[in-house]
Amino acid sequence: MVQHLPALLVVVPLLTALSVSALSWLAPRLCLPLTFGCIGFSLASSIGILMEVIASGPVVYTMGGWSSPIGIVYVIDYLSAPILVVVTAVALINLVASSKQIDRDFSDKKGTFYTLYILFVTGMVGIVATGDAFNLYVLLEIAALTGYSLIGLGQPRAPLSSLNYLFIGTIGASFYLLGVGYLYIATGSLNMADLARFIAMPEHSSSTMVMFAFIICMTGLFTKMGLFPLHGWLPNAYSHASPASSALLAPLTTKVMIYAMIRVCLYVFTPAYVFGTLQISNAIVWIAVAAIVVGSLMALTQKSLFKMLTYIVIAEVGYMVGGFFLGNRMGITGSTLHIINDAAMTLCLFLAAGAITYRTKSDSFSDLKGIFKRMPFTMTAFTVGALAVIGIPPTCGFFSKWYLIIGGINAGHYGFATALIFSSLVNAVLFFRIFEIAYFQSPGDSKDHHHHHHHGHHRHKDKMVEAPLSMLVPLMITALSLIVLGIYTGDIVTHVIQAAIPGVIS
Amino acid sequence: MITQTLFSSRPLIAVLVSLLVIPVLLSSRSKNIRESWTFAAAALKFLIVVSMLPMILGGNEIRFTLFDVLPGLPIAFKVDSFGMLFALVSSFLWIITSAYSIGYMRTLNEHSQTRYYCYFALSLSATVGVAFSANLLTMYLFYEMLSLATYPLVTHHQDAEAKSSGRTYLFYILGASIALVLPAMLFIFAKTGTLEFASQGFMTGDFSKQTLLILVLMLVFGFAKSGIMPFHSWLPAAMVAPTPVSALLHAVAVVKVGAFCVARVITGVFGSDLLLSFNLNTVICTIASITIITASLIALSQDGLKRRLAFSTIGQLSYIVLGVALLSPHGLTGGILHIVMHAFGKITLFFCAGAIYVATGAKNVSELVGIGRRMPFTMVAFLIGALSVIGLPPCGGFISKWYLVLGTIEAGQPVFLAVLLISSLLNAAYFLPIVYKAFFCTDEESIFKKKVDEAPMWCLVPLCITASISVILFFLPQPFLRLAEMTVQAIIGG
Repeated sequence: MVQHLPALLVVVPLLTALSVSALSWLAPRLCLPLTFGCIGFSLASSIGILMEVIASGPVVYTMGGWSSPIGIVYVIDYLSAPILVVVTAVALINLVASSKQIDRDFSDKKGTFYTLYILFVTGMVGIVATGDAFNLYVLLEIAALTGYSLIGLGQPRAPLSSLNYLFIGTIGASFYLLGVGYLYIATGSLNMADLARFIAMPEHSSSTMVMFAFIICMTGLFTKMGLFPLHGWLPNAYSHASPASSALLAPLTTKVMIYAMIRVCLYVFTPAYVFGTLQISNAIVWIAVAAIVVGSLMALTQKSLFKMLTYIVIAEVGYMVGGFFLGNRMGITGSTLHIINDAAMTLCLFLAAGAITYRTKSDSFSDLKGIFKRMPFTMTAFTVGALAVIGIPPTCGFFSKWYLIIGGINAGHYGFATALIFSSLVNAVLFFRIFEIAYFQSPGDSKDHHHHHHHGHHRHKDKMVEAPLSMLVPLMITALSLIVLGIYTGDIVTHVIQAAIPGVIS
Repeated sequence: MITQTLFSSRPLIAVLVSLLVIPVLLSSRSKNIRESWTFAAAALKFLIVVSMLPMILGGNEIRFTLFDVLPGLPIAFKVDSFGMLFALVSSFLWIITSAYSIGYMRTLNEHSQTRYYCYFALSLSATVGVAFSANLLTMYLFYEMLSLATYPLVTHHQDAEAKSSGRTYLFYILGASIALVLPAMLFIFAKTGTLEFASQGFMTGDFSKQTLLILVLMLVFGFAKSGIMPFHSWLPAAMVAPTPVSALLHAVAVVKVGAFCVARVITGVFGSDLLLSFNLNTVICTIASITIITASLIALSQDGLKRRLAFSTIGQLSYIVLGVALLSPHGLTGGILHIVMHAFGKITLFFCAGAIYVATGAKNVSELVGIGRRMPFTMVAFLIGALSVIGLPPCGGFISKWYLVLGTIEAGQPVFLAVLLISSLLNAAYFLPIVYKAFFCTDEESIFKKKVDEAPMWCLVPLCITASISVILFFLPQPFLRLAEMTVQAIIGG
């Protein structure tokens, strides 16, 4: 049983998704418990595998006993194991947190929602676990198609945003597929480890086809992760979706795509090829710098919470892409660490924003007046999330930024280091602007109303109306995890991430 | 002198005491219980700090490593003579300020008092954390914690003025630390691989003069809590806070954390040899001198009493920086001692300003003509505080200024001697007329009647205590003088 965990990670949710779908007619009330059990199982197995990996090295699983390079292998190593835990943990926390939201928004489509939810998680888990370049594409599409549907279930404008995402996302995925196709033509293999061996050979590392494959693969992944200027789909998709969906998609999709980028670069194309032969990294870091600056500035112009958060996500994608393409150990450590930290930060902020909209029915800044008084616990968690995004120690955001900036300094790329500092400052402005509204203004403050006229209304609005416990507890756990992750940065880096980065990178 | 390193969790406990009391404060049923807990925490904190004093005076150093937050870079505490001196002052004054807070906040019937006491406790944790930091990362952590913990105190009134002041406050303090200190710290770490304070600095001579100059400027300006111009505007803005906050935080804890950080960086990161060899300390001295003179001139023109005190503080903080940056034995002693002497003098002045406001509602210097008739004790205390800040005997401020003056001569820098003397005259010019007009005026000029009507005892007693200590420190400057001398000995290495 235990040795089959890598396969079960994908198979169990796949089968559960079918059962949930069937149950939605027979016993709709059982959908949530079953989904919870399934994702809980995934999380437990992920933690189990992580322990196994830390104790005795990477786990390789051959599907159906077909050995590589012919069969599909699942490789869970130091890079994928922690990300698996992140993916399943985020999915489980958000599932609990959003159950009330789902009851309210999708009371008649609960079965559908939970089926899609599980399938999405399956796709994400598969992308992380697979050791096969083509299999990655298949799982990418599973995650993407379910993602489009989850988004489309949202606000009235959501289907259009989802369609837009679908067009761009499909192009991105096709680019990736095309790249994998070229690699297959060049080498005759789809297995990642096998491909890496081929690419290390001089005839392949100098081949134009491999170079083209790299560029087109990366373009596909950049599109899927929303790297500026390929980010157009992201803000509307995540802000028009139901908070129950966006708090799942926003922390996971972009981060898992970053993971795919790191996986493909380090373990398919190999560091020597990507950072050495190609001479393209510097240009990509500058694109990342642009992503950070533009994302931050665009966030400044927003007037509602979710929109602002989506632009922060875009800036954070720049952090990770830039950090990785610095090509040194510090930068890649920072980038990998930030996958974990940013997933937790984004989840915290989206859950808090979700809790606020659950109560206020609006996420526009002007409706956040006096929210500190009305939702003190939610806002405490939101504050922790904000401090993590700004990068105040001891929250985890500070430490990934630490590695990223040192990576920039070591690479002599001061533009990247400056962009990170700039983004921290802008984030401080962004969040303290919200704190000012939420702390100083009371809901009665409005220029077109007379104060005393609305007195009764005002008093009512000043009372505490916290989010339900099923939202609050997961939110608090997430906020706490931001500090715990920060404090344990040393351990995470030494025991996991250092082993995930090939020794050739210094 | 052989320095021994002892390992003890006491520094951590000293930091945590005030943090752990917060849940208790939040759940207290009555305000008397809540204030008792504040006192208990303050007293306990002070006692723990004092309990470490004999070890430090015996030439030891206390260390405690919490955990490696980054590989090879722990959150760690180190108690040495310099940190001890600062922690002693701030934890002692927290006890006094807690008493004063009761008088001030209750008399004025302020709202959200529980929140106020909680953030106060948090601020003190951060302050002692900075004092006991063993490396730059730990210091930065507590420095930022202090920035954020004081924001709700500055904006306590939650009105439009508080909001705009809060914005200024964060813009300078948080902005400068992120934009200047953070990159400088990361650069130093990337190049040297360590951030652990060493008594004579850990930076070696591998840096060019330009790089060092930029790093020095980033760190001196970046710790904007030290109020060095042009990063000073947050301090006058922060005066919208309730007066106990201005007294303890914006005359002692927060601002001196700034000066303390600058002093630590000058001595513990760069080291005197490196700075002297590139003559960079003169740059810092010049910046500090400009601030001293400018701030004193601006103080002259301020009618708001607390604003005048704030500009005076800006000038006095730069005394500390100037003294330390002279890097001569007497200059260093004077700069370090000034942390203590100015603390007792200036907190007295703020307590007086608050007492006057509580008793009469007056906020401006022009409204204080004849106030000595009504509040004689307060105004005598004010006089003592003023004398101490000007640097006249029989007050503690004289001693630190004496050392500073000797330090400038020792360093062969007559220009800075002139700065100190001119500034003293300016200090006298902006303080003494207040006291003079309070007592010596005709009956027609006087705004107040002769009947003595002081602020409540909870306000009056604390300010009498701090004023008395200001005088006592002139005659008995120990253990502070000893601590300062030990620090200087470690820095100079002689």
